[in-house]
Amino acid sequence: MGDEPLVRWDWIWRNWANDSPSAISTLLLAHIVMAFVPVLLGLVVALPLGVVSARWRWLYQPTVGLMNVVYSLPSLVLFSIFLSITGLTQWTVIIPLTFFTLAVLIPAVVDGMTSVPDHVRQSAVAVGYRPLRRLIGVELPVAVPVVLAGLRVATVSSISLVSVGALIGQGGLGNLFIDGWQRQFYTPIVVGIVLIVVLAVAADWLIVAVQRLLTPWSR
Amino acid sequence: MNWLIDFFGSADNWSGSGGIPNRLIEHLGFSLAAFVLSAVIAIPLGLWIGHTGRGALLVVISANAARALPTLGLLVLVVLLIGVGTIWPVLIPLVALAVPPILVNTYEGVRGVDPDLRDAAYGMGLRGRQVLFQVQVPVALPLILLGLRLAAIQVVATATVAAFVGLGGLGRFIIDGLATKDYPSVIGGAVLVAALALAVQFGFTLVNRVAVSPGVRQAR
Repeated sequence: MGDEPLVRWDWIWRNWANDSPSAISTLLLAHIVMAFVPVLLGLVVALPLGVVSARWRWLYQPTVGLMNVVYSLPSLVLFSIFLSITGLTQWTVIIPLTFFTLAVLIPAVVDGMTSVPDHVRQSAVAVGYRPLRRLIGVELPVAVPVVLAGLRVATVSSISLVSVGALIGQGGLGNLFIDGWQRQFYTPIVVGIVLIVVLAVAADWLIVAVQRLLTPWSR
Repeated sequence: MNWLIDFFGSADNWSGSGGIPNRLIEHLGFSLAAFVLSAVIAIPLGLWIGHTGRGALLVVISANAARALPTLGLLVLVVLLIGVGTIWPVLIPLVALAVPPILVNTYEGVRGVDPDLRDAAYGMGLRGRQVLFQVQVPVALPLILLGLRLAAIQVVATATVAAFVGLGGLGRFIIDGLATKDYPSVIGGAVLVAALALAVQFGFTLVNRVAVSPGVRQAR
């Protein structure tokens, strides 16, 4: 490839936003959808499941064991299995990534719930909180830092893993890697890597900001 | 199910350079090399940072950024830059993937050792290095092993992607199968990789049982 520069800015300029389905901004948008929908779905499912398995401890081992098994499945493996079920749609990426999010978030929710100090729980009972209100008003807020630490890992991994979906035709910015590989052309690959890392760092900061908002007492 | 019987029942899949045994050996080869290299880099660094407390912020920030690096992109870029003649194109992305969990857990493990325990060790006359290896490492071992386990599983799982740039490993069954719409091969490869990852998981459970001191286990 000789003197080919690592980044050709004119290529980025021409391909940033145009009508083709492989415009960088279109891929970026698809990437955001496929990375964040699993995280949101995962959070919605993991909160009740985590709370339940923190309260009834016998549920904990089987749940976490199952999640460990899911976590050890390669993303490409799950994508190719779901390809035969959901076909060439974004769900083929979204559903497996939701499982990965659950594998990180359920243990995080359980750890968060068990991190609530006993004296806090007893104080809440003493001032008259009933179980459900105690959960929403006291225990979950105290668990926020641990849950959000898990959410940060899940979000960053999800953003990075979407790109593997390019191998089954749904990869958002990952398509740039395939494109660059097929044409032996550095620029799309570099653009893809940089945008994915920037997206992940931005999402990470956003969660940290949310955590500061949700836990004003820790400031 | 029939696909699995097709794949595992075919004699062609059990011999030659494209057979299951050879692909398995290639896969284990990449994975083991990347895992050992990552451990050699990350464990001493994590121990040092946890013991001295220097550079901790740098670890947390760079580990988070490294987690975001897309393996596929890194792999393709490295192959275009240096070619496929050596094993390095696979090793670089896999090491980038495996170093953060080992580093963070080693550092957190050593840092999380009860300060009373550390001070008691110093009080009994142990020196810095002795405190690290005789007190802090044994107590931190469950976390260090957790980091190694997460890294090993991710390496074994992600090494499948190496097949995309024409390198071997079990990913070949999946990637070649996808390219030729040979679904028995895709699912068969998927089952093989998943089984390997589960075996790694199980192996670490055993190591944990043997290596962690009974005193540390009871305290948890």
